[in-house]
Amino acid sequence: MENLISIGVRSIFIDNMIFAYFLGMCSYLAVSKKVKTAFGLGVAVIFVLGFTVPINWLIQNHILNQGSLAWISPELATVDLTFLQFIVFIAVIASMVQLTEMAIEKFSPALYGSLGIFLPLIAVNCAILGGALFMVGRSYTLPEATVFGLGSGIGWMLAIVALAGIREKMKYSNVPGPLRGLGITFILVGLMSLGFLSFMGFSL
Amino acid sequence: MSTEVAEVKEVKKSEPLFSKKNRKLVTNPLDIDNPITVQVLGICSALAVTTQMKPAFTMAVSLVVVLIASSMVISALRNTIPSRIRIVVQLAVIATFVILVDQVLKAYVYDISKQLSVFVGLIITNCIVMGRLEAFSMGNKVGPSFMDGLGNGLGYGIILMIVAFFRELLGSGALFGFKIFEAAGFHYPGNGLMLLPAGACIVVGVIIWVQRSLNGYREG
Repeated sequence: MENLISIGVRSIFIDNMIFAYFLGMCSYLAVSKKVKTAFGLGVAVIFVLGFTVPINWLIQNHILNQGSLAWISPELATVDLTFLQFIVFIAVIASMVQLTEMAIEKFSPALYGSLGIFLPLIAVNCAILGGALFMVGRSYTLPEATVFGLGSGIGWMLAIVALAGIREKMKYSNVPGPLRGLGITFILVGLMSLGFLSFMGFSL
Repeated sequence: MSTEVAEVKEVKKSEPLFSKKNRKLVTNPLDIDNPITVQVLGICSALAVTTQMKPAFTMAVSLVVVLIASSMVISALRNTIPSRIRIVVQLAVIATFVILVDQVLKAYVYDISKQLSVFVGLIITNCIVMGRLEAFSMGNKVGPSFMDGLGNGLGYGIILMIVAFFRELLGSGALFGFKIFEAAGFHYPGNGLMLLPAGACIVVGVIIWVQRSLNGYREG
């Protein structure tokens, strides 16, 4: 249990997807102009990461790893399908995104109205595929993988809402012309990342 | 995602591959239509793999290969892909080439492949590839798609190399792993900030500032 809490806290603050690994930067920069939309995208990312990381864990450990096909027949014990990892993961992510979109549309039209346009964007958000690949690299167990997925999503949402808040205020500042827009946003992200560094070495 | 490249009109069959219009497809993304600093595509890997020049160079070459190959394939298939499932088709084509590149890197430059870790796999979701396929290859012939892939790949590579140059030089006083300052007889303690994510963001911000001051591009 303590281990799970520690993984959760690590993935939210210390190994933050944005500030430590720069994953999901494209949508992070593109959709952070308003707090409200940023929040919507953040919720959608938590949702999708929380689902896809455990599903990809099951696939990796019961189908792709060498010897994991032994449950079908012992002859398959030597088969190693790990080279298919990328294509299988991206297929899972794309279909999960589609499923999530359909489920939300059916059960909560109000939420769909606010999230709808962001859901397709998430299929190509590198934070999702990155989360799955990190999960494999760090050999988590299933509960750990689930907590890691949710934690990374929450960390990503925190980051995008914070940046959107700052950018809303930036409108009132007098930024030099060539730096306006993308340039100053990058420098802002750099400074925020310095702030998040203060969590380094913090453990439960 | 802004895609400012105007759709190139169907070129006539007789037009040579290196005509003026096609050359523009290569040179534009190097400066005024750069994928990273203007179109805001493919930022994740540009920041993450640039602590040293060697992995940055490998990454740039891999991306150029994947981008050219997949944009030619998609452009050849463009009339047969149903538009409803085009994203899945594009992802499948990209993923195939990324797996090939990944296997080659693992076989020949294992150390660098370890250093790049998940970022080779993340070329699949690198928005440059998806963005160019969606914006260009789906509507143009194989030849121009090749040029567009080459141009955007090189534009990405240039920014990657510039960022990596400053980060490795200021961060650890070296270029391609060669200790420049030590060789010249100085002692350089290294600036840890440059090796951190924060340093990367600030370097890219300053590059954008300099580039836009020079070419006069303004935003908002």
